[in-house]
Amino acid sequence: MAKQKNVLPGFNLSLGYALLYLSLIVLIPLSAAFIKTTELSLADFWTTVTAPRVMASYRLTFGASLIAALINAVFGLLIAWVLTRYTFPGRRIIDALVDLPFALPTAVAGIALTAVYAGNGWIGSHLEPLGIKVAFTPLGVMVALTFIGLPFVVRTVQPVLEDLSADTEEAAASLGATRWQTFTRIIFPGIWPALLTGFALAFARAIGEYGSVIFIAGNMPMVSEITPLIIITKLEQYDYAGATAVAVVMLVISFLLLFAINGLQWWSNRYLGSQR
Amino acid sequence: MSGTTTITTTVSQYNHYQAKVAHNRATSEPAWIRWSLILIALAFLALFLFVPLVAVFYQALSKGVETYVTALSDPDAISAIWLTLIAAGISLPLNLVFGVSAAWAITKFNFKGKSFLITLIDLPFAVSPVIAGLIYVLIFGLQGWFGQWLSDNEYRVIFAIPGIVLATIFVTFPFIARELIPLMQAQGKDEEEAALVLGATGWQMFWHVTIPNIKWGLLYGVILSNARAMGEFGAVSVVSGHIRGMTNTMPLHVEILYNEYNYAAAFAVASLLALLALVTLALKSFVEWKTAHSIDTEIPE
Repeated sequence: MAKQKNVLPGFNLSLGYALLYLSLIVLIPLSAAFIKTTELSLADFWTTVTAPRVMASYRLTFGASLIAALINAVFGLLIAWVLTRYTFPGRRIIDALVDLPFALPTAVAGIALTAVYAGNGWIGSHLEPLGIKVAFTPLGVMVALTFIGLPFVVRTVQPVLEDLSADTEEAAASLGATRWQTFTRIIFPGIWPALLTGFALAFARAIGEYGSVIFIAGNMPMVSEITPLIIITKLEQYDYAGATAVAVVMLVISFLLLFAINGLQWWSNRYLGSQR
Repeated sequence: MSGTTTITTTVSQYNHYQAKVAHNRATSEPAWIRWSLILIALAFLALFLFVPLVAVFYQALSKGVETYVTALSDPDAISAIWLTLIAAGISLPLNLVFGVSAAWAITKFNFKGKSFLITLIDLPFAVSPVIAGLIYVLIFGLQGWFGQWLSDNEYRVIFAIPGIVLATIFVTFPFIARELIPLMQAQGKDEEEAALVLGATGWQMFWHVTIPNIKWGLLYGVILSNARAMGEFGAVSVVSGHIRGMTNTMPLHVEILYNEYNYAAAFAVASLLALLALVTLALKSFVEWKTAHSIDTEIPE
């Protein structure tokens, strides 16, 4: 492999610069978090990251992220389906607006969702009489996480739906399958690796989310306090070691998710390749 | 209209027409299912995206245009706008150079650990913005690795502009590289090799062959990272120190106004950021249309 002659210039320069920049901006600073936790003894580390208030925040962060990602998987699939299969007025504009959560600053999303879902808001005022309180409850956290995760599922499923060939669907129909049978047996098996990838991406994003959540959550300890907020609170109390310990727990989980997602994407591409 | 066409069409055209109708029936749903699915999708999008978006502009103008203009011409608001522009203006070119050189090395050469490097480039997307801020505090903060040295020499990184720039660089780090890698992978290296064979120097090849080939992908990455750079909240919030008129970016200014119950002003500044988001989406759609268009016109050649 090394003997293969490549006439293009700049390999050492470009790779060297990329590695240097990557190390300075990402790798060395991230390693600082792991080095900082070594200041704590294992027992101290454990008590910090399993304190009741921190445990409650994990339950909220992971629970709300999971539910939000599930909602996004269902409605993201529906939206991707509607956008690729049907024509209706305004389809192109709506297609472009699906990416709004990527483009809208999270703080803006946070105050907008709070204004809309608060007891006196446009939507909140209709839910309050039904006994549903959204803003300043864990439900609000879920709404914000659903907002920021929405494009992930739509944008991973959409291209796969577009590429699905009509032949197999026609064959299924000509062999007497109902439309529902065609969907569950022919279409769904083709898109579910992409759906799973989109779900994992939305979940991973939701776990770390801060800006859109803190406005709508109410931030009550033990009830509606997310883990990133715990880190901020500890930092503001100059408890750097404690903040870093919780951060390291989140970092490890995020890294595991990143590797899982990369594996999923690799598998999904291979799976689709074998389907064609 | 269908009546006259079926009378005048030839048999083969007629069969074709029949086949088309059958195809549509077999691979689509009845109209009532179609429209219910569309309505459910639109209702969901309205509840989560459209209503909150409209609410930003409604709230911003709820106290009248005068309040809106006052909120935006406030000196603290203007300094926040400037700081946001500075942070994006410094971080974008730096990430652009990184993105191009990483994509060049990864797509034009073979080396060990390539896919691991691609995963490492993605790392900042997996890290919570709050943690992105925290790690720079651990290095440059008063109790951090360089904290003592920095304060002895009266340099400030944390609670100052360099920290905000660093945090912004971190959160937008992967965007451009990520956009360029699949694009340059697909383009291969034939054109660059041809340029070299024809006697171009390395830089000539780069400016006249590579850059024109990747310009739309580059623009796409710049648009996305600019939106994120100007809108970043969590990471910047940790390192900024929230000093009004000094280290406040636009999203942080929105937070301060909101926490002071100055809703109209908070939404006024937020509406500028929402406008930026809409412009971003419009530009993004334009670039997508442009690249799809250029592929379409290239096919016949």
